[in-house]
Amino acid sequence: MTTDVLIRVKDLEKHFGKEIHALNGVSAEIRKGEVVVIIGPSGSGKSTFLRCLNLLEMPSAGTITFEGVDITDPKVNINQHRQKMGMVFQHFNLFPNMTVLKNMTCAPVTLRKKTKEAAEATAKQLLERVGLLDRAGAYPNQLSGGQKQRIAIVRALCMEPDVMLFDEPTSALDPEMVGEVLDVMKQLAREGMTMVVVTHEMGFAREVGDRVIFMDGGRIIEQGTPEQVFEHPQNARLKEFLGKIL
Amino acid sequence: MPAWLEDIRYQFNLNFVERNRWRFITTGLGNTLLITLFSLMLGVLIGVVIAGVRSTYDKTADTARPTFGRKVLGFFNGFCKVYITVLRGTPVVVQLMIICLVIFAWSDNGVALASLAFGLNSGAYVAEIIRGGIMSIDNGQFEAGRSLGFNYLQTMWHVVLPQVIKNVLPSLMNEFIALLKETSVAGYAAVRDLTYGGNTIAGQTYSYFMPLIAVALIYLALVMSLTWVVGRVERRLRSNDH
Repeated sequence: MTTDVLIRVKDLEKHFGKEIHALNGVSAEIRKGEVVVIIGPSGSGKSTFLRCLNLLEMPSAGTITFEGVDITDPKVNINQHRQKMGMVFQHFNLFPNMTVLKNMTCAPVTLRKKTKEAAEATAKQLLERVGLLDRAGAYPNQLSGGQKQRIAIVRALCMEPDVMLFDEPTSALDPEMVGEVLDVMKQLAREGMTMVVVTHEMGFAREVGDRVIFMDGGRIIEQGTPEQVFEHPQNARLKEFLGKIL
Repeated sequence: MPAWLEDIRYQFNLNFVERNRWRFITTGLGNTLLITLFSLMLGVLIGVVIAGVRSTYDKTADTARPTFGRKVLGFFNGFCKVYITVLRGTPVVVQLMIICLVIFAWSDNGVALASLAFGLNSGAYVAEIIRGGIMSIDNGQFEAGRSLGFNYLQTMWHVVLPQVIKNVLPSLMNEFIALLKETSVAGYAAVRDLTYGGNTIAGQTYSYFMPLIAVALIYLALVMSLTWVVGRVERRLRSNDH
């Protein structure tokens, strides 16, 4: 199975200043086609871990190997590898000065040297899949939160990434809009996309996750299938955490 | 004709018509506009460069590796900080006189020297306006750009700067208006701007009222038209605010 490993994280540490140690030696593997859901209390380092995967946070120590390349190596051009790692943010981060279509085609046209027509055709296909084709010409402030997040997902997909990183994608949404975003993510998982998802949506973790990782204090405390983690938790802190939220 | 009207007519004749003294006003106005325009261009150029260096240094503080390039950037960042502190911390008149009467004392191209002095000064203010504009853009915009694979400059160019320009345009135009009025001190270095022109007339006729009122009215007209333009631009920016 080792050939199938897409991302290998080894002894990852992240310190902010001298006081705060967000990650204290995290090692993990993300396999191709796997949906890994990371849960844990706030401040447990799960977002920091995710943001380290594409070096939005520069790790203080440890290595991250993505598709066989150690991307923490200073000689590596991280921009090239980021093109293969789509990311979805809690606050969408759509570009407010561009239409939906421009949001989606800007990077492929500039970085992938795609023609405008080809990029727009891909973008429109993706928009149709998430039911937002009619909003192609709209600006982000004309969209609801759920629509914005669905656009953010397909914007990342336009770069044809090998893995998608989700950083609490539903945490900033009104409750009635969570479902539409989760549906898109479920569809993506069914199509075989490798996904790393930081979320508080335990239903999603249970239903879609191949593996659930529980983090606390900057460490991976426990991991396993959703069934193992949710039905038969071993660690006391995980039990306490689940007791509070379920 | 009543005596007061006769007096006004006499004064007008004396100050503007006689010996073509109106030319002091028109030449001065031309120079004022030239100085303002050139110093604006120089100021924006300097401002963009400094703002670029300063915000790049600040924005990449926690992600960049301590490479040689970073040290060079750090050096320029320090230089820009000193530049801004000195240029904003001393009166523009003093800077003008140092440039015209000390550094370039051999040159008598007053308009060019004044443009240089006001441009250098304005650059410090423009830099802070633009830097403020860049720092006001949500960091999530940078992260979204970088996560798509854009490098720092591409993110700046495609994502951040279009938003910055929209945000800072009104402030920049106000800086333009302030600059226009500021150039009135050019006369301290014997540069023949509008104020200097009015003053020259007054010095010849020993009559201050008319020349100075004329000068003031011209400044007012210029500032009012520019303010009107700024208002229009602001309204247009708001109306297609997406």
